[in-house]
Amino acid sequence: MSENKNLIEGATGPWEIVLGLEVHAQVTSNAKLFSGAATAFGAEPNAQVSLVDAAMPGMLPVINRYCVEQAVRTGLGLKAQINLTSRFDRKNYFYADLPQGYQISQFEHPIVGKGVITLDLADGVSREVGITRLHLEQDAGKSLHDQAPSLTFVDLNRSGVALMEIVSEPDMRSAEEAGAYLKKLRTILRYLGTCDGNMEEGSMRADVNVSVRKPGGPLGTRCEIKNVNSVRFVMQAIEYEARRQIDILEGGGKIDQETRLFDTAKGVTRTMRSKEEALDYRYFPDPDLLPLVLDEAWVEKIKADLPELPDEKKARLIEKMGLTPYDATVLVADQDVAAFYEAVAAGRDAKTAANWVIGDFMAHFNKSGQDLKDFTITAPKLGQLIDLITDGTLSTRLAKDVLEAMVASGKTAPEIVEEKGLRQVTDTGAIEAVIADIMAKNADKVAEYRGGKDKLFGFFVGQVMKAMGGKANPAALNDLLKQKLAG
Amino acid sequence: MTIDLTRLTIAGARDALARGEFTAVELTDAALAAAERARPLNSLITETPELARKQAAASDARRAEGRAGKLDGIPLAVKDLYCTEGVLTTAGSHILDNFVPPYESTVTAQLFAEGAVMVGKANLDQFGMGGSNENSHFGPAVNPWRRRGDTTRLVPGGSSGGSAAAVAAGIALGSTATDTGGSIRQPAAFNGVTGLKPTYGRCSRWGIIAFASSLDQAGPIARDVRDCAIMLGAMAGHDPKDSTSVDRPVPDYEAGLEDGIKGLRIGVPREYRVDGMPAEIEKLWADGIAWARDAGAEIVDISLPHTKHALATYYIVAPAEASSNLARYDGVRYGLRVPGNDLNELYENTRAEGFGAEVRRRILIGTYVLSAGYYDAYYLKAQKVRTLLLRDFEQAFGRVDAILAPTTPGAAYGIGEKSNDPVAMYLGDVFTVPLNLAGLPGMSLPAGLSAEGLPLGLQVIGRAFDEGTVLKVGRALEKAAAFTGRPDVWW
Repeated sequence: MSENKNLIEGATGPWEIVLGLEVHAQVTSNAKLFSGAATAFGAEPNAQVSLVDAAMPGMLPVINRYCVEQAVRTGLGLKAQINLTSRFDRKNYFYADLPQGYQISQFEHPIVGKGVITLDLADGVSREVGITRLHLEQDAGKSLHDQAPSLTFVDLNRSGVALMEIVSEPDMRSAEEAGAYLKKLRTILRYLGTCDGNMEEGSMRADVNVSVRKPGGPLGTRCEIKNVNSVRFVMQAIEYEARRQIDILEGGGKIDQETRLFDTAKGVTRTMRSKEEALDYRYFPDPDLLPLVLDEAWVEKIKADLPELPDEKKARLIEKMGLTPYDATVLVADQDVAAFYEAVAAGRDAKTAANWVIGDFMAHFNKSGQDLKDFTITAPKLGQLIDLITDGTLSTRLAKDVLEAMVASGKTAPEIVEEKGLRQVTDTGAIEAVIADIMAKNADKVAEYRGGKDKLFGFFVGQVMKAMGGKANPAALNDLLKQKLAG
Repeated sequence: MTIDLTRLTIAGARDALARGEFTAVELTDAALAAAERARPLNSLITETPELARKQAAASDARRAEGRAGKLDGIPLAVKDLYCTEGVLTTAGSHILDNFVPPYESTVTAQLFAEGAVMVGKANLDQFGMGGSNENSHFGPAVNPWRRRGDTTRLVPGGSSGGSAAAVAAGIALGSTATDTGGSIRQPAAFNGVTGLKPTYGRCSRWGIIAFASSLDQAGPIARDVRDCAIMLGAMAGHDPKDSTSVDRPVPDYEAGLEDGIKGLRIGVPREYRVDGMPAEIEKLWADGIAWARDAGAEIVDISLPHTKHALATYYIVAPAEASSNLARYDGVRYGLRVPGNDLNELYENTRAEGFGAEVRRRILIGTYVLSAGYYDAYYLKAQKVRTLLLRDFEQAFGRVDAILAPTTPGAAYGIGEKSNDPVAMYLGDVFTVPLNLAGLPGMSLPAGLSAEGLPLGLQVIGRAFDEGTVLKVGRALEKAAAFTGRPDVWW
């Protein structure tokens, strides 16, 4: 591992943060992990609860094959080992939103073993983070404490929803790396279609393990920050928690291993339960379920059908399309954007297409707040616009205006060019006529220019452009203007 | 007409119904009248006369249309561990004494699909935990049998004591039961009736309130071997809703019943000769061996060396699973709720009041053996012993086709006689629990009377999914034993 540039300066010298993440990712599936109940977000409370989810007497879990397929797909996407035999265990604890009194999870024998994720860091640097394991488990329901003064309401819609718990090695060394890890994991899950990654809807949540140590020293005692639900909060929580631990250690104290919560309003972490209060979950194999045995050919079939993943796509864009690593990283971060880009770039200059997609197009698109598939500027429409630049109809400057008009009106670039007469003027005669007119009206300035005041060139360009409604071909205008002013 | 259900079998009733000797409504009325008379036996927690009459009338209508099922019009009692749609289902406990399921267990649904009539829900030890019925919140069912010249009320065994007593007392022609460590076979033996615990996975557990998931299995209690075969045929089968139910065809169990056992090899396990076994149990077993030999079977001495560890293993595995299975009875969604100042108090109050002493004892044992630091020493070791027990049986079944043993180390005892000694009670399961741990089928059939005039049972053990052989051997022994004992009606 290369030298860590992310050390935090303390009173006693530099400290290194050591981070591992456990991400709970909701499996994209129409039905729950062990029941046929629906999983859609935002349903009326307790509208998506089967007899199994409510843990009625005598009810039994039956594994959802599609959820298993999704877990395998995710494992393959993380370049991880797929365990052909895995097992479900019961994690026993009492809570009002845990109807069975236990969560069905995989403790000793997870479905997916070791894998790896490549982080794309800000300076174009890549770094690998190990995946320890991925296992399938049930989500719990939701306790609502704010519906009545002395009562707690329970919504079991989430009860039994399939989660993948994805555990990383303690390989990250900064909040930035943890953020990059979450973003990259989310991108991979979205490419695979195995989790929608919507953290605000609770589809992805992270438990963050934080410890600090002197560089090269032994690992420190860690604290686990539970259930953080955005990339930003994860990064804030880490910054706060690392500083808290350093302050304790530098003050001569020691870190208690404990579970903490991140208070998003105050930006601080707080004790949730200490090690002494840690629950004994009494894990044991769930006798209602047989060991999960996968057919190797089935796994191979899933592997063969995997989509192109972000790292591969990025490599291809760099090698085959000649993009810079930065452009490629930006474009592959979202599968839809990457596909959009590739549609725009097809048969066109790859770099120009990348500039337009990453630049003006993204600015308009982000402002719209829409989904890419609903946005008025489709890939063919953006392609048309670029074609008009390529064939000289539009200058880059005009094209920006046209794009803006396209967003506003929903019309195509050729329609707008036609309507507004925005076709750029390359007819030297027409441009010369305007230049002559401007020079005549500004004889004093012409004299100044000729007297050595070069900076006035821009003034003439502006005047001519203005007079021509911005339609003059910039290169032609420059050449002609220089010629005429030179006398 | 009067129909004496204590003499009638399911097969006999089936034929009589087919011949039109009586109607399902008449048969059901007789059963309901018997149930009413037998209330002192407390074998039913809930009587369902309205439902029964409705089902019986529908049965007669079906028969008139020529669409009668295999159990059409047959009055059955259903152990109150089976969820029955719209009918109170208590598991014999206070914690579920207001629970009416909106769903029907797979097994009862299959029985009803064959036309069965339900006269009521049979009494049991709470959640199936117990061997005497004294752990029922509704008071124990009482054994219809009494010691010769003695009016002491005896236990019907358990946990399916109500199921067995209802059959013995002529309230029902058969009943559903469940067997986790002997809960079908022991009460069948105590009541002079026949009970079959099928192979684990043969019947669906869906809709049956769980005690210990890896051991629980549904099965019939009936008057004779043939009736068990008929009932099992309707109860067995793959259920996609139970991942542990096995997808293999259900044979016609009645078909091979009379094939005889000539040439079959029947094993006699030497480890079942436990210290202090009463002479009359020894004698019963010897009789059984002699009957088998006389019927042409070859008797083979076999060894099941890990038998002595079975009971200890069972009393780790079963409570461990129970402690987890019963966590759902928390007062939050259904059943009893005893309020408290906070969530933990709600749990504590509800579960302390809702569960009986034996259930609480087993939850505590199970929680203990699964706890960090004890798991390896208890639960994990028990699972290893379980594997060894299974291997014992597999090796034995390489040499024999069935195994013959007593069902219990003694006859029924008086209510209250053992209730302060849980260990003595657990010892009564010594011959029955090994099968549950190994998942194997076993049947108890009445084979003789004790010196006090109480019925004693012989147990036939078979290979996994070889209920056919178990029934065939049971039938041969039944013929030889010619057990005709009936309890005198004193109630």
